[in-house]
Amino acid sequence: MSTSNLPGGALLRHSAIWIAAIVVIIVMPYVFTSSSSISMMSQMGVFIVFALSYNMLLGEAGMLSFGHAVYFGLGGFLTLHAIRAVNDGAWSFPLELMPLVGGLGGLFFGVVFGTVSTRRAGVTFAMITLGIGAMVEASANMFTNFFGGESGISGNRVTDVTLLPFSYGPQVEVYYLIGAWTVVSALLMFLLTKTPLGRMANAVRDNPERAQFVGYNTTMARFIQFALSGLFAGIAGGLFAILFEIMTAPNVGLIQSGSVLLMTFIGGLGAFFGPIIGAVLVTYMHIALSGFSEGWILYFGLMFVLMVMYVPNGIAGVIVSHGPPLRAGLMHRFAVPYALAFVPALLTLAGLVAMIEMGYHLSLSYDPSRPIELFGMEITATSVVSWVVAVAAFGVGVMALRWAATRISLRWGEVNQAMDAQRAKQ
Amino acid sequence: MIESVVFSLLNGVLYGMLLFMLASGLTLIFGMMGVLNFAHASFYMLGAYCAYSISQVLGFWGALVLAPIVVGLLGALTERVGLRNVHKHGHVAELLFTFGLVYVIDELVVLVWGQLPVNYRIPEALDFTLFSLYGSDFPAYRGFILFMAVAMFAAIYLLLVRTRVGMIIRASLSHPDMVGALGHNVPRIFTFVFAFGTGLAGLAGVMAGNYFITEPGMAFAMGPIVFVVVVFGGLGSLSGALVASLVIGLVTTFAVGMNYSIADMLASVGIAFGQDSVLGINLSRFGPMLPYLLMVLILIFRPRGLMGSRES
Amino acid sequence: MSELKLALKRAAVGAILTSATALAFVAPSVSMAAEEPIRIGYIDPLSGPFANVGDAGLKQFRYLAEKMNAEGGILGRDIEIVGFDNKSSAQESLQMLREAADEGIHYVTQGNGSHVAGALVDGVEKHNRRNPDNRIVFLNYAAVDPTLTNEKCSFWHFRFDANSAMKMKAITDYMADQPKIKKVFLINQDYSHGQFISQAGKELLAEKRSDIEVVGDVLHPVGKVKDFSPYISRIKASGADTVITGNWGNDLSLLVKAGDQAGLDVDWYTYYAGGLGTPTSLGKAADGKVKMITEWQENLAVRFEADELRSMLEEFETRYDGIEFYYLRVKTEMDMLKKAMEKAGSADPKAVAFALEGLSIDTPFGTASMRADDHQLMQPLFMSTFGSDFLEYDSEGTGLGWKMDAEIPADQTAVETSCEMKRPERTS
Repeated sequence: MSTSNLPGGALLRHSAIWIAAIVVIIVMPYVFTSSSSISMMSQMGVFIVFALSYNMLLGEAGMLSFGHAVYFGLGGFLTLHAIRAVNDGAWSFPLELMPLVGGLGGLFFGVVFGTVSTRRAGVTFAMITLGIGAMVEASANMFTNFFGGESGISGNRVTDVTLLPFSYGPQVEVYYLIGAWTVVSALLMFLLTKTPLGRMANAVRDNPERAQFVGYNTTMARFIQFALSGLFAGIAGGLFAILFEIMTAPNVGLIQSGSVLLMTFIGGLGAFFGPIIGAVLVTYMHIALSGFSEGWILYFGLMFVLMVMYVPNGIAGVIVSHGPPLRAGLMHRFAVPYALAFVPALLTLAGLVAMIEMGYHLSLSYDPSRPIELFGMEITATSVVSWVVAVAAFGVGVMALRWAATRISLRWGEVNQAMDAQRAKQ
Repeated sequence: MIESVVFSLLNGVLYGMLLFMLASGLTLIFGMMGVLNFAHASFYMLGAYCAYSISQVLGFWGALVLAPIVVGLLGALTERVGLRNVHKHGHVAELLFTFGLVYVIDELVVLVWGQLPVNYRIPEALDFTLFSLYGSDFPAYRGFILFMAVAMFAAIYLLLVRTRVGMIIRASLSHPDMVGALGHNVPRIFTFVFAFGTGLAGLAGVMAGNYFITEPGMAFAMGPIVFVVVVFGGLGSLSGALVASLVIGLVTTFAVGMNYSIADMLASVGIAFGQDSVLGINLSRFGPMLPYLLMVLILIFRPRGLMGSRES
Repeated sequence: MSELKLALKRAAVGAILTSATALAFVAPSVSMAAEEPIRIGYIDPLSGPFANVGDAGLKQFRYLAEKMNAEGGILGRDIEIVGFDNKSSAQESLQMLREAADEGIHYVTQGNGSHVAGALVDGVEKHNRRNPDNRIVFLNYAAVDPTLTNEKCSFWHFRFDANSAMKMKAITDYMADQPKIKKVFLINQDYSHGQFISQAGKELLAEKRSDIEVVGDVLHPVGKVKDFSPYISRIKASGADTVITGNWGNDLSLLVKAGDQAGLDVDWYTYYAGGLGTPTSLGKAADGKVKMITEWQENLAVRFEADELRSMLEEFETRYDGIEFYYLRVKTEMDMLKKAMEKAGSADPKAVAFALEGLSIDTPFGTASMRADDHQLMQPLFMSTFGSDFLEYDSEGTGLGWKMDAEIPADQTAVETSCEMKRPERTS
């Protein structure tokens, strides 16, 4: 079976996963029925598309952008303007296809800004995108007809112009609309990685000189990748506009751009499903973590920094690296060292969380001596004992974790050897 | 007319020099280590907060000496524990590391000093009027900031060009292997450079924290613009950073005074144009966009910046 | 065949993994019985750069709820304030609105940022239309954009702060009586709030004192200007004796400080000089020069001998060191909610909204009443000056405090409205 070079073949081989994903999307609203969970899952869909489009740049083509929200946000604004035109009866276009408006807008601006930015690579490219992002954000306050000033623009997604017999007023109908668009967009982006264009982007990422030498136009490859990435970011923006029915200036801004970078990186650049994991996880953390702790930004920052230091390939990288031992039937050999690492990891985490929570309690609470509830215990932040215990847990945890890490890396060496031996036998 | 030009010049130069104090450390770190430190403005903020805490005990002059050292040590710690581990994953990873560090430092500042602005004041000894011009006072503290910025530029320049340490530092960037082979500890030099650069940011924080306001948002407000200065001037170039700081300081200051729109100008030569269109927007409102526009333009047409020696 | 098997296996693993992750994400949704407390969702920034203001407001709401509960609550039920962090974002606020609705919360309150308030008015309006059996009332305690009670007005929105137009009317009324004012300069933030003040200020001054010359009118970017000295040079060059500004936070502190450093001698007429942290950063730069228009400042309690308020603010400030009892309107809001619920005899959102219309209560400073036409509260406003001759309470430990200059009675603050209120059917 030599289907591996054709996009269709790749699709066929992965069809089971795609079908499973569709089933999961269909079933989810029956598991989580509250309107806020459905809204959260809808956001996850939007950000999956957005993060995947970002990965077309950073993961596929090695282009670090600090201004990707420009295409997301402008796509969203254009979509919402289109919806308003339908609200006013000036235009007739079905709501289901509205994200296309955003996509075309994203593509258009991707082409415009891509021509000036993709001629450079590396840090220069990153700085140009930062500059463009900052300029578009600043202009949002000047062109108030389009951006609506600081209050943004809003519309009503219930337009009466639809293809299917839904009003899209209820949250769950919008969820399914977003789900469908997510699957279609993800599929298209997946297929793109399998086309010659996708391969070319990889080549430009890995070794631009060689790519150029064998006859590729590296600038053109970057440009096409950039414009297409703008298209999908625009679609994501359109979905976002339908979900919230309001777009504001920060949606094109640097913070939004930073957050898609975080999502993609935490999920993992190396594998196609990495950004999907990242989008789901970060969206959840963003919404839910802030309900648990005042320090959620700190947790978030620490997680990101630690991941850059120790897990630079993201969550997907960790998963992918276990593929070979799994296929070789050697996973069981990790059981003991992983179990050994698990306990100190929990201890470290507990110590850290306790320190941070006590810190916030001391700093923000009016009555610091009031005990806080943590891990089902009552902890007094003003008592020295609590701090000693927390610091000790953290310290002991870190030391034990280091010890466990050496054991894990030793075991990896053994497993790799064993796999080499297996291969030699075949 | 003349007086407004003179004031704009004075204000622009002052703002530019403040930017330079921040940008010099950033450009040094990039020049020596190739690391674009996103968290540079966060170290600036740490400088202001440390100065506030130290000045409670030792007064402003104690803070002026100690706070940059404290910040520099924190910088050294960051390099030693974090950045060095990330180095092997490449420059993008280093950039992302400092990007994440912004969140961590900004939140830690809130954790330690709280969310409200702290009462960090200009020292009594410098709280007087230096001279008056066209009826406006020029405070002595501004003169002090100018003096410190110029002294800083001279000191760094001499350190790099005229001393043996400076020579080794410059060499370890261009020929790290050779410098290592000659028996110098390159990683330690990197730690030193990072500490020095963040220490300079801390010094800028000490100087600017009481002139402006010391509050948790001060890093976020300053971060992007310092980046622009360094990129515009040419990454790694100290004199480029100086020129770029002054240019951006002056441009933003003069833009404020432009109370006309393009439509007004056209109208004055007899061309009527809608005041509601893009051309009807007051030029002063373009002010905050201008630095970014300058940066994008220079990157497109001259990617190594005004005075940079090489493309990043 | 083996290919298919492998694919199936992968699919199974994939499905298990996804649903396991999903299960970990269960947001617990709680349904509430009738005897549970009456809950008010507080949707404001609790993290990020504006967390300090959001946090202070939340503390004041909680403190007042505690006081109310100690006296038996409302209709025998306790009041509970539930904090929702909107991170100053419009979309995040809508997500929080949905969470509040899921938790069975029928009252939300918000104040920081008219853009958020605008999104919430729109969101509540749509929510109530799409979910008629789970309606929400939005109590706005600080967002002052006039449009919220004019063209964007909603039956479900009630505003407890004087809006920007009313404050500007009060400021210019006061200025009209000050003969020494000759030249006025307007400097404001470049967004709808600042733009409105700039425009309304010019119109009202021309109407009330045509001899006052407006010598400058500048808009500057919000939160971006670090060095205000170029603007100060312009003010100085214009020869102004008075400056009107709607700036808040650092944009106000930096402006006034830069003016003080350049030796600029003007009176500053502001909206927000009393805002959290602002007196600290202003310090002596503002001594005797900065005025503000508000419904309350602490020394009013001394002047009007409002002993209940005095003991409240003292208790509050001992408890929360560094935070002032900043919002009288939070108390007004809670008191009116209580009165409306008692009048309606239930906590049903629609009944309470109807009960709030035209409702009035007595405060130590006069009557406050909710205008039915546009759901804007009418209450007395006060002009005060920051300085050393305050009565009793200084601000944030600065040694300086607010002194009342003038009282503007509630009926004189009224501004016409263009609101065409769409009310639901009373019975259904």
